[in-house]
Amino acid sequence: MAKITYIEHNGKSHTIDVANGLTVMEGAIQNDIPGIDADCGGSMACATCHVYVKEEWFDRINKKNEGEDDMLDQAYEPKKNSRLSCQISVSDEIEGLVVNLPEKQV
Amino acid sequence: MIKTDALIIGAGPTGLFTAHQLKLIGLDCEVVDNLDKIGGQCIELYPDKPIYDIPAIPECTGEELTKNLIDQLKPFNIKFHLNERVDEVKNKNDKWEVKTNKGTVFITPNIIIAGGVGSFEPRKFAPKECEKLENKSIFYSVKDKAIFKGKIVSIFGGGDSALDWAIELSKDSKINLIHRRDEFRAAKLTVDKMNKLAKDGKINLFTKYQLKSINTSEKLESIDIEHENKEIQNIKTDFVLGFFGLIMQLGPIANWGLNLDKKTISVDTEKFETNQKGIYAVGDICNYPGKLKLILSGFHEGALAARACFKLARPNEKYRFEFTTSSKTIKSRLGIKGD
Repeated sequence: MAKITYIEHNGKSHTIDVANGLTVMEGAIQNDIPGIDADCGGSMACATCHVYVKEEWFDRINKKNEGEDDMLDQAYEPKKNSRLSCQISVSDEIEGLVVNLPEKQV
Repeated sequence: MIKTDALIIGAGPTGLFTAHQLKLIGLDCEVVDNLDKIGGQCIELYPDKPIYDIPAIPECTGEELTKNLIDQLKPFNIKFHLNERVDEVKNKNDKWEVKTNKGTVFITPNIIIAGGVGSFEPRKFAPKECEKLENKSIFYSVKDKAIFKGKIVSIFGGGDSALDWAIELSKDSKINLIHRRDEFRAAKLTVDKMNKLAKDGKINLFTKYQLKSINTSEKLESIDIEHENKEIQNIKTDFVLGFFGLIMQLGPIANWGLNLDKKTISVDTEKFETNQKGIYAVGDICNYPGKLKLILSGFHEGALAARACFKLARPNEKYRFEFTTSSKTIKSRLGIKGD
């Protein structure tokens, strides 16, 4: 289990416990965190679970999957620290992860 | 004006199988889809990705599934209205009047929404001021390439559309190609071709840049693009093209008076009817307790919604349940001779 903080674009912060084996996207969806759409359900076929990962965390989470950057090209305002939250797996090691949500997903 | 027993919105797997079910029970139907081809998300998002949970099909790709569903519709003559989006739904004398953005009008007692996550629309530029110049000097698709002749065109994106157009338009225009990273997802051959044109000075390549803002007086004058390291460059341009792929939006469906739950439509589980009589929702777009967003669920929902349509389309007839294995009527509809 890991505590993950999701910060909405308006600054509102949500810290929740997410079970190991889930993804950061699933943690948000199961807890009704606004700002993550996940239209395709986690199959890396859309870019609507886009998050910004805080610099200090970027290299500590699992690396990008092949094709993830291709999808991020299609996200709203992608940046250097952009990730698809459906591709970040939750484990004890990412306790305290902070992700910022973009202004919108679509 | 087109009269039909049922209008299906969405030509994805659920819409296709629902059409099959309608025809099987003797109703006619037409299908509208905003995309230029049949198949919905299966074709647009994951044509090559294998699917493992279609009953009785151990493995197939989105494209194969679509092809099989189209094959299954072969006995029937179903009219597809592609590249059209349903914009308006109005009640008229106990029937529904449906209008598309191309002006097609349908009159039908039944509308089945099989719209997935909504209609596919191009992803647009983030700066708000871009809206004002949309379809004037900022475009998300090319309809008439002649207007770019002799002009400076700035193209954003790293996929096939962006690179194909950069290569094509570089023959007669001055091209800036701008992409957020230095890898391109376009086909390798296309990337090689583009790199060669960049080397020969036919394309000005800017990587790790994104659009920051646009500068206009009476018309578009220049754009500011920002590098990953925050450095900003001003480039003169007459036109801007953005190719960031497609996103899905609920769109006009939100205005039809249906009960919505986030981006989905609430339905009952007997007829998959919405709060409006004669409007049904099936597949990913519908929502009810226990809903699973699986293709197989969409098939079931479509089969039940099709039976519900019968009552409104043939108020004086009684629907009789029949199996395809034994029913002569169904076999004749399928064009199968003998028994």
